[in-house]
Order: sequence, then structure tokens, then C-alpha cells
Amino acid sequence: MAVVTYLEAIRQALSEEMQRDENVFLLGEDIGVYGGAFKVTEGLYEKFGSQRVIDTPISESAIVGAACGAAMMGMRPVAEIQFIDFISCAFDQLTNYAAKSRYRQGIGIPIVVRGPCGGGGRGGPFHSQNVESFFLNTPGLKMVEPATAYDAKGLLKAAIRDEDPVLYFEHKFLYRRIKEDIPDDDYIVPIGKAKVRREGRDISVITYGAMVHVALEAAEKLQHEGIDLEVVDLRSLLPYDKEAILNSVVKTSKVILLHEATRIGGYAGELAAVIAEEVFDCLDGPIVRVTAPDTPVPYSPPLEDFFLPNAEKLMKAARQLAAY
Amino acid sequence: MATDVIMPQMGESIAEGTIVKWIKKVGDEVKRDEPLFEISTDKVDAEIPSPTAGVLVEILATEGQTVPINTVVARIDAVGSKPPAPPAPKTEDPKPISAPPTVVAQTPVVSVAVAPPQPVAPPVAESISQPVEAVEKRSSPLVRKIARENSVNINEIDGTGLAGRVTKNDILSHVTNKETVRVSVPAVTIPQPVASVAVVTPPQVALVQPVATQPSLVVPPFVAPIMETYRPGDRVEIVSMSPMRKKISEHMVASRRISAHVQSFFEIDMTKIAKLRDQYKDKFLERHGVKLTFTPFIMKAVVDALGAWPIMNASVEGDNIIYKKDINLGIAVALDWGLIVPVVKNAEERNLVGLTRAMNDLAARARKKQLKPDEVQGGTFTITNPGVFGSLFGTPIINQPQVAIMGVGTIEKRLSVMEDDSVAIRTKSYFSISFDHRVVDGAVADQFMSQVKRILENFEASEIG
Repeated sequence: MAVVTYLEAIRQALSEEMQRDENVFLLGEDIGVYGGAFKVTEGLYEKFGSQRVIDTPISESAIVGAACGAAMMGMRPVAEIQFIDFISCAFDQLTNYAAKSRYRQGIGIPIVVRGPCGGGGRGGPFHSQNVESFFLNTPGLKMVEPATAYDAKGLLKAAIRDEDPVLYFEHKFLYRRIKEDIPDDDYIVPIGKAKVRREGRDISVITYGAMVHVALEAAEKLQHEGIDLEVVDLRSLLPYDKEAILNSVVKTSKVILLHEATRIGGYAGELAAVIAEEVFDCLDGPIVRVTAPDTPVPYSPPLEDFFLPNAEKLMKAARQLAAY
Repeated sequence: MATDVIMPQMGESIAEGTIVKWIKKVGDEVKRDEPLFEISTDKVDAEIPSPTAGVLVEILATEGQTVPINTVVARIDAVGSKPPAPPAPKTEDPKPISAPPTVVAQTPVVSVAVAPPQPVAPPVAESISQPVEAVEKRSSPLVRKIARENSVNINEIDGTGLAGRVTKNDILSHVTNKETVRVSVPAVTIPQPVASVAVVTPPQVALVQPVATQPSLVVPPFVAPIMETYRPGDRVEIVSMSPMRKKISEHMVASRRISAHVQSFFEIDMTKIAKLRDQYKDKFLERHGVKLTFTPFIMKAVVDALGAWPIMNASVEGDNIIYKKDINLGIAVALDWGLIVPVVKNAEERNLVGLTRAMNDLAARARKKQLKPDEVQGGTFTITNPGVFGSLFGTPIINQPQVAIMGVGTIEKRLSVMEDDSVAIRTKSYFSISFDHRVVDGAVADQFMSQVKRILENFEASEIG
């Protein structure tokens, strides 16, 4: 056991998987000699060499396209998108090619496309986005977003070993802000399994990524007001753990869906629909969303603070719902 | 030209039916006589075939909805036609009765079903709907579900939520309090919301009628059933009863309240019948095309014994005993989804072959939901066969308004002491009779049963035919 940051946990997973399986290799912009924009891959070029840690031209389309081709030839590529915002340049490779290959030609494409997502870093509109709902409507893709160092390592290992394309979103705000004592040895966190981070009686908060910590902070504060939040960390967004979500909602009868991404067409809409469809008569109040407003992520620090969901906003929504 | 599909009259006494399931959807092509929807009435569950070929263009009564007979529940148009545009918004018509027929046809069926056909409709309608809405408390789906399961009127609860909303905690504490109160105070029936009064169904009326004409000593006071409270998260699955289950439930409880049930048991030696059956079954199948089972022998014995004991083939109405001249034998048939009792009419006119044929035909169609309503009505005596699943003897509940029901236990080889003190292996069965002691005394029932026994134990081969 050793205390590592979220970022170090990701690096550990990459290093261990490359050691375990020589078909695993990395490609991306500045990930080799420079060690990556956030230094996630630092040291791996020295350890595994230029054949397995490949610096690419600035073309996300080429990075993901090359990864798909390599995967079809039996490799296990892990592609880094320097900022996940730019994954849109590889949208076609992911949605039309990688996601459909198993269905079209019976050949799975076991790639991992990973990259930093999320705001709070004063990155502005091109370097702060959360892109999960762009891909939500694409059967064939898997998506995960860890909230802890333990999950960061376990989910990345599970993603690399998965037979299908997995988008791995790592929240850049968490990179060096959270630390955890995690096992040195091999373990995975299975894709598709949520985790209840905090048991509670009154309201279920279903969330993922950095917002898990916002929810836990709000839960801690609301406890003094007699409102007991349950916090469910989805960990996997596609497929998502419907059973865990519904169990929690049935238990508390009230639910808040919390995400950092913007509201319209956001991930919470899907969860709201499935809750309304399956456990409508267990609801004792409206399904509530707490999300960012429908605008690009602002560059101005005060505006970004206003934009992002935080514990205060969640507490306000929780108080209203508790009183309903 | 669209063809109207109506709720058929499934038997003379039937005034309405419930749509259980639409087998076809709007836009589906249907052949003539192809099953269109399933209905459930007091008497029978049935699939209703399409009256014509075409496209189902409109469904006017939803699943679960109960509508009077002859109500238009769907329309079928020629292939190639489109579903009609939604009905034009209705203007508030103070005299709905005088509206032209075309407008009535487009009115949602629910209002047809509920609105009492009274010329004084407008003032009545207002007085019904207004008070209910005025006191309606706001509540969530969960609260309404808990209220339903515990027969709680939400309006009685003080809501502590926003704008007086009744919350989960409000109703749960109300239910818990009520449970404790119920033990000490005689049960009080909760007044139903006024709106439901208009929708009283004939089945309830039919069950209540004979009771109402009885002297009061017959009917014990209604006691509210004790209910557990289930909370979300409890490991239970709550499933609402099918219409058939509900009818069985109502009939069984009503029968136990109406009749003074007494049981008596007879062991009957079926060895001779078993031998006859073995001896004749191949020939019988060859000649008549049906299998020879024990049931027709038993039916035949019962029919003959009923002839001798007419009180066993009777019913009670108030202070009168109605002796039935026809013997219409009900035979209980277990189904995967419940139980139904088709009736062999005029069993006294049939020989063994006729009884076998009638029985096989009814049982087969019961399993395919193809019984006609008439075929489950008018029974005068019922035979049930718990033995088919190995039971030694049952204590069946009388099928109202009859006064007796006979149960046949499992037929098996048993060790018997014969009259000459020898020990023999005999094929035997326990028969039970449940009879209504209001009009049938033990002596009569037992003499009836001993006659059944005598006939079965001395059955003549010449009767097989």
C-alpha cells in the first residue's frame, strides 16, 4: 500500500498494464519525451521506449484512427487526448468506426481513449468541458469516470482489458488534489458497477467524477440540518449500474442527479427517464437535476465559479427537495 | 367506412366488461376473426375476435378500463386508411345527452362509462366533481401507492410538505397509528371518494343481492383485513390481482359468508371402475375418439344420485329453496392463471360418452380461453378434483348460489380389509362433500354420498356404451 494521487494512480495502471501485456502501448501528443501535458505519462518513455510510448502529430483523428487499426491487428492501444475537449476531432473514428465495428464486421476494437476533462482549472471553453453526453447515444462505446485514486487505477486496468472501446474521463481538478492509500498489486474496478460512497436516509444524490466530492461535502454539511444524503458514485457511465441507482432511489424516495456538464441533453436526463420509468411509484418528490447552466464554460474565474455546480447549490436543491 | 368494435354482451346478466389486454395495436392489420382484445367479465375471460378484416385505426377503451356492453371500444377501417385526427376540442355542452351521435362517438369512452344516463346531468355532475377536487390533497406517486395498499384516504392526513403536501413520512406515521387503533376500535369502513360511486360494478351488486335479502343473522359484520405495511426497500414484490383472481377472491369470501359450510368424507372403492376403464379404454377411444377417464364415471354417479336427492341440486333465495329441475354439472378446471368452472348443461340427458365429450371439450376450451359465457353459468352442482395433484381429500368452498360441492381425492391403491376378513389391494379414493347446512342436513348429504358410493362401486359395463 502506498499513498498516491489520482494522477499517480493512472500512471501506475498504465505502467502495470504495459508490463503485464506487451501489446499495450500508448500514443498521444507530447506523451513521450515531455511526459504529457499533465505529466501523467512521465517516466514511461524512459521505461518502455519510443516504440511503446509514441508521440504523435497534433491530430486526434489520426491518434484514434491509428489506435483502431492497431487494435484490429491485436494490439491494446491507450490513446491520450491532451484535453478531452478535442475528442470531437475523433468523433467519427469513435462513433462510426470503433463503436460499430463489432456489430458491422464482428471485430471488437479494444482501445482506451483517455484524457483530462472538467473545469475548475481556469481553462476556459476549450479546456474544461465534460463530453460524456456527446457519446451517450452511441451503442458500442463504454464510458467511465473515476472519482478516487483507487478507482482511477482499477477502472483504467479494466478499460485496457476490455474487448470494446472505452472512453476514460479523468477529471483534471482531481489530478493532484486527492490522495489515497491504494494497493500496489493488481486489481480492477469492474466496468458497470456503481459504489455508494455514503449511506443516507433522505435523498439520493447520483453523481460521478469530481462532483462526488461536492456531494460528500454537501452531505457532511447537511447532516447538521437533519438532512441525510446518500451519495452514489456511478464510476461507469455506459453501461451504468441501473440496479444501484434504482435501489438507492427506492430506499430514499427522493433523488438529485448531479453533474458538472451542462443541463440540456445532459447525462442526468437519461437517469431521470429511467428512474421515472421504472420506480415512478416510489418517488416522493420530483426528480431534481443540479448541473451547470447551458453555456460554454466561462474563462473568467468569477464566472467559472458561478457556472460550476458546488456544495452550496446542491445543498439548496436538497433543502427544497427535503421539504417537498 | 370504419367498422365499430363493441364490448360484446357476454351473457344475459352482464352489463359491462373490462378490457384486459389489447392484442392488436393501432395501425395493426387484422384478419376477420383474429383475436383483437381480451376481456374479463364477472362470468368469463375471453378473447374477442375481430368482426371484420382491416386496420385497427382507433382504440377507444384502454387496458384496465371497464365499459358498458355495446360501447364502441375500437374502430377498424379498410387497409390503407389512416388513424383519424384527434377529436376536435369539445366546447362545454350543458346538455351532453342531446349531443348528436357523432359527437358522442368521439367522446372518450371513460365519460360514457361513468356518466349516469340521467337527463338532469349538469347539476349532478357538478355536485359530484366539485367537493372531491376541493379537498384533494397533493401527494406524490409513492404516497398514493402507500395509500392504495393500506386503504387510506389521503385527504384525511395532515400534510407537512410544501403547500400542505402529504409526504412519505406523513402517510407512514398515519398508517402506523391506524394499525394500532384498529386493534381496539371496531373497524370503520372508509368512505369512498364520491366519484367511484358511479362506477359500482355489477359483480359487486350480484354478490350483495342475495345477502341483502337474507335475515341479518346470516352475514357477519365486515371486518377490515389486517394489513402489513411495506416500505420501499422491503424485500417484497407487490403485484395487483388479475381480474380473474379478483373475481375468485370475491366469490370465495362471499361464499364463506353466505353458506354454513359443513364437510363429510367417504372412502369409495374404485376398483371396479378402474378395471372397467382398463378393459374398455382402447375400444372407447377407437369408437368415440375420446379418452375414457375416471371423471365421467363420477359425473354419471353424481347425476344419478342428484336425481334421488333434489335438495342437493338446489339454491337458496331469501326464505325460499329453489329446486333446479335440470342438472347442470360444474367441473372445476385448474388453469395456469387461475381456475374456472365450465358447466355441462343437462347432464341428466347424457350417457357416459356424452359426458366425456362435453367435459373434454369444455376443459380444452377453458385452457384456450375460448369458453362462451353461457358455458360457465347456470351450474347447479359442482365437482372439483383436488386429487389430481395428489390430495387425499379437500374441503371445497361452495360455488354460489349452489348448495353443495363434491371433491374427489387422489385415486390410488390401498390395503383394504374385505368383508370376509381377507386383506386385499383395492383402488380407492376419498370423496368429500361440502354442503350448505342452512338447507342440507348431514343425514341428507351423507345419504346422497352413500348413493354415489353405491353407484360407483357397482357400475355396470353395459353403461359404458
